[in-house]
Amino acid sequence: MSEHELRVSKIRDGTVIDHVEGGQALNVLAILGIDGSEGLGVSVGMNVPSDRLGRKDLVKVEGRELSQSEVDVLSLIAPEATINIVREFEVVEKNRVTRPDRVAGVLSCPNRNCITNADEPVETRFEVVADGVRCDYCSTVLRSDIAEHIDV
Amino acid sequence: MRQDHLITATQLSRDDIEAVLDRAREVAADPEAYAGRHGGTMLALCFFEPSTRTRMSFDAAAKRLGIDTIDMGDVDSSSVSKGESLADTVRVIEGYADSIVLRHPSEGAATLAAEFVDVPVINAGDGAGQHPSQTLLDLHTIRENHGLDDLTVGIMGDLKYGRTVHSLATALTNFDARQHFISPESLRLPRSVRFDLHETGAQIREHEDLEGVLPELDVLYVTRIQKERFPDENEYHRVAGQYRIDADTLEAAPDDLTVMHPLPRVDEIAADVDDTDHARYFEQAHNGIPVRMALLDTLLENAEAAEGMEVDR
Ligand SMILES: [Zn+2]
Repeated sequence: MSEHELRVSKIRDGTVIDHVEGGQALNVLAILGIDGSEGLGVSVGMNVPSDRLGRKDLVKVEGRELSQSEVDVLSLIAPEATINIVREFEVVEKNRVTRPDRVAGVLSCPNRNCITNADEPVETRFEVVADGVRCDYCSTVLRSDIAEHIDV
Repeated sequence: MRQDHLITATQLSRDDIEAVLDRAREVAADPEAYAGRHGGTMLALCFFEPSTRTRMSFDAAAKRLGIDTIDMGDVDSSSVSKGESLADTVRVIEGYADSIVLRHPSEGAATLAAEFVDVPVINAGDGAGQHPSQTLLDLHTIRENHGLDDLTVGIMGDLKYGRTVHSLATALTNFDARQHFISPESLRLPRSVRFDLHETGAQIREHEDLEGVLPELDVLYVTRIQKERFPDENEYHRVAGQYRIDADTLEAAPDDLTVMHPLPRVDEIAADVDDTDHARYFEQAHNGIPVRMALLDTLLENAEAAEGMEVDR
């Protein structure tokens, strides 16, 4: 067993998000809404040497599985990420994230004058474009600042 | 145009635009042929933001087609001020009318409205977003004066918040048009519009002053720079002054330059331009009637066709 696999297998049950672009680990936690207060066991590796990325971040969450909408948003800030589901110390499932065509209900529109920020009975909806996302309602383009507008 | 609604200019293909403008030409040539064509139908005018010009233009266009109009009235006196959502408002109004014209201060309002109703929705301005019916009459004016190909257009003024600019710039990407954008640094095109222009590979150039590019232009589209866009009044006067034109400015322009403005203007086009052959902004405003008639006619025809299909099923 390689050192890498040892690293991701250390938790008993939960999720390991691997191959996160260096520097994005805390944003990954933000997407998952994890700040430590919920009592989950969380460990974060930052700037770990990686063949694929040069340096990568790594997030391990004990006792938590990801929803599809969380994975969708994750794919925007960590397009290379792999998601490992761990049970009884074994990686039982390993998935690459895929960029969806649209993300609904997870991001808030940064345009304060957007109709989705008024009190209307709609979810936000963003089209995933080459280097970011774009509001279906007001066309505002959101790029590197995606993590600041997560609203899960 | 096979669409049910008119929400943004980005939804319009060259064919869509030409079909409406061809029809507008027919309407202008023989308005009698269109009189009463949609008798017995109702159009709701929902203006959540003050407007006299656009509202009257739609009202007049509708009535010439025999369409009756109902007007929501001023927002102050309507249930909107009681906190009703836009989604609720349009769902109620859908029961009163066969089509809805909507102006709203929030970007994306028309997109949202169209998701909640089955009748055609026409966006008559959503915040700093889009104003596509204005664009159709702008294009009609350009087409009648120059045609829509091999065209050099200068768009000047408030490009950041100007919804007529956003719609026009995106619609022009359907044609062989070079676009020059002339504005102060702080009022350049927003990222959302650049995105659409970039996607289409449109040829655009940006300038801080008109002088250098004026001799190349077929069309100069002027928009108002509003005082509210500047934190400081002196700064506003200094900047706005640089984007004003008068008859002297136009000495350097080609003889057949067409000067347009979505109106109302304040002082960005001096009154002495009105007497030159360049001035087309009143003609442009008048074009609102045949173009909006053609648009309403098209959308109602589409809606009727769609309804017919549902009945068949
Ligand atoms: Zn938006």
